[in-house]
Amino acid sequence: MNRKVAIVAVAQTKYEANKSSLWQGDVAYEPIEKVLQQTGLTYQDRTKNGFGIDRILTAGEDHLVGRTCNSFWIHHYLGAYRMSQDNISGDGAFAVYHGVIDILSGHYDTVLIATITKESETSRAAAENCYFDHIFLQPFGLDYLSASALQARRYMSKYGISREQCAQVAVRNRANAKNNPYAQEPLDITVQDVLKSEMLASPISALDSKPPVSDGACALILTTEEKAKKITDKPIWIDGIGNCRDSHYLGDRDLSDCDSLVMATKRAYSMAGITDPLKEIDVAEVSEEYTYQELLWSEGLGFCGKGEGGKFMEKGISRMSGKMPINPSGGILAGNPIGVAGMARVVEAATQLRGEAGARQVEGAKSALAHGYTGACGQSHCVLILRK
Amino acid sequence: MAEKVAVIGVGQTPGKRSRKDVSEVELVNEAVRAALEDAELTINDIDVVIQGNMEFFEGTFYTDQWLVEGLGAYGKSGLKVNAAGDTGGTIFASGVSHAASGLFKTVLVVGFEKQDEGAYGGIGMRSEDSFFDIAGGSGRAIGAMWGTAVSVIDRKSATEELAAKVRVKEAKCGSRNPYSHLKLQLTEQDVLNSDIVIWPLRFLHICPTSVSSCAVIVAPEKEAKRLCRKPVWVKDYYCIHSGLQPRVGEPWLNLGAAYPTGPQFRWGVEQAAIALYKRNGIVNPRKQLDLIESYSPSTWHEIDYYEALKLCEPGEAWKLIEEEATWPDGDIPYDVSGGVVSTNAIGATGLHRVAETVIQIRGEGGERQVPKDVNLGLTFAQGADQFCTAAILCKTL
Repeated sequence: MNRKVAIVAVAQTKYEANKSSLWQGDVAYEPIEKVLQQTGLTYQDRTKNGFGIDRILTAGEDHLVGRTCNSFWIHHYLGAYRMSQDNISGDGAFAVYHGVIDILSGHYDTVLIATITKESETSRAAAENCYFDHIFLQPFGLDYLSASALQARRYMSKYGISREQCAQVAVRNRANAKNNPYAQEPLDITVQDVLKSEMLASPISALDSKPPVSDGACALILTTEEKAKKITDKPIWIDGIGNCRDSHYLGDRDLSDCDSLVMATKRAYSMAGITDPLKEIDVAEVSEEYTYQELLWSEGLGFCGKGEGGKFMEKGISRMSGKMPINPSGGILAGNPIGVAGMARVVEAATQLRGEAGARQVEGAKSALAHGYTGACGQSHCVLILRK
Repeated sequence: MAEKVAVIGVGQTPGKRSRKDVSEVELVNEAVRAALEDAELTINDIDVVIQGNMEFFEGTFYTDQWLVEGLGAYGKSGLKVNAAGDTGGTIFASGVSHAASGLFKTVLVVGFEKQDEGAYGGIGMRSEDSFFDIAGGSGRAIGAMWGTAVSVIDRKSATEELAAKVRVKEAKCGSRNPYSHLKLQLTEQDVLNSDIVIWPLRFLHICPTSVSSCAVIVAPEKEAKRLCRKPVWVKDYYCIHSGLQPRVGEPWLNLGAAYPTGPQFRWGVEQAAIALYKRNGIVNPRKQLDLIESYSPSTWHEIDYYEALKLCEPGEAWKLIEEEATWPDGDIPYDVSGGVVSTNAIGATGLHRVAETVIQIRGEGGERQVPKDVNLGLTFAQGADQFCTAAILCKTL
């Protein structure tokens, strides 16, 4: 990399099932205001020395907002006036990725990124149904949940993964969430509770899934090495980024694999110089809306071999006490809305490295992985490597 | 920028009102293949694919995921951006950022809109405030166009007759462009007689609803020189937001009449031009620029932008029109492609501007090629009168 890019501030709202008292923009403004206050930064055109935010980015999709030009409604809350702006149609992790690219390009120095979704004001199933091709798949009523059930079945039957192994992810995440003041649904549950919970789309039960509705927002500020050192004494460096898209048609993919994650990971690791992730990464924040995904993504992220996601979980490596804790925050399973989810992973990973994670802190964490995905069954993945 | 970036290939599909013969995937694939052929590359040479459009227009959730096969994006890096009408501008800016980042060798940028699979009227209105504006039946783009039209008249920048003259020029240019949707043979009388939508905005002043796709390949300097015999360089780009919120409390949009003389409508375009001129030593744009490809969604916008882009003094757009300075053989040819009033496939529109400028700089415009050497071209896209992304392209660095 020709420049180094740092995260200098992160913030998020508490995630809740219904923030009906607040309008979208007002939800977003809470973390935006926090990152501005943390850094003392203002907008470049208001400063004399040009030392300010010169770019704003959001992630949002029209269907989730129910109106076209969705970013209209949020850009003002990021201080859009006179700003260079863009909106990423995808998961928030991709917005952070784009912010890094913007700074590496030399065109911008300081980028403010925010993402907000109110699932309580949308029908995810209806929006997600529009993801599938309009002629063959949409009429089946497919959404992410039902498509993911197909993927879970294929993955579990091919590699002999059991529902119990998947359920352990929910048990661990919901318990971790008890230490996270921002989490929506921390729970004390057992594997049996997960197995007995209401079946949503076999083999995914209610506790195998994220809470059906979450509202929330998060924000962060990226800047160059030179400026980061002036703004904070705890800059978090983004040393590796990678993303990749897979085929769209589910039938064109072997859903038991995650080729695009393997490729995105390879790109991020090679940029960050990582060869042995379990040794070189101290904590991982992984996007998973359903439990089986963590097992499958663990394989894609190179934490274990193909088909070994279940055993990897059983070994306890990803527990808080393990060698590489996954989702100390409780992850998406404890409640993060679509779009915000992947960026919340970056925010959590940075919080860990800043040593500000409170009860969920992984002691001595020096490097972290954050992961987000867009599309059913993880069609596109984005991986970021953060270091202290 | 960390690295200099060049456009090394462009591809467009012919604009149409409807393309029942292709799906969205097939439509973007036509543009992608054309751009690859133009660049003499194959899809295997591409590292990143950036896509953009207005997802609500076709009702496709995460469009870039759905289009992967058509885009040739399988296994490649990339993402999707959406910034209203400015999408064509911001995807280009995103492509340039990717190319300049030092991480990639080639970036394919693709915009499209297939408006025969959606209904703009209803969808456009969905960008309005749910409580006040939709209930009030505000017309979104039409309302905004009318505000511009009435402000041009009010400032005495041009008359209806002069607007008709500009429209005839646009129609002639459009009919010379093989990729243009409308190829109208118009007289000034036809324009003056066309239906009034809201006076002085007439039916023929307004851009059409088009189906089209555009693809552009960009690369950093080293790769551009290695791969391409005729690179066109991105001298600079600038992206700006007016900060205005589309709510009833902002009279600039919904109650345009409240500010008929104000600069609100063109603010972003004007500011982007000022910034680019300043950064690139342009003091007399009419002389120093060789041509302009603009996002002028109505004839009145074009006239308004003559002044916003400092091609003339404020209130003197009429002089440019009388002198025919913005005609293809004038001092500062403006929209020789026929412009947005000839083709408007929203997610592609801003990128068509880039592609057409590249074609003119290379001197490959055929029937629409301007009769002079083109070294420096200004292009811009604007969205919802809020966002603007402008770029200066040049023949030599």
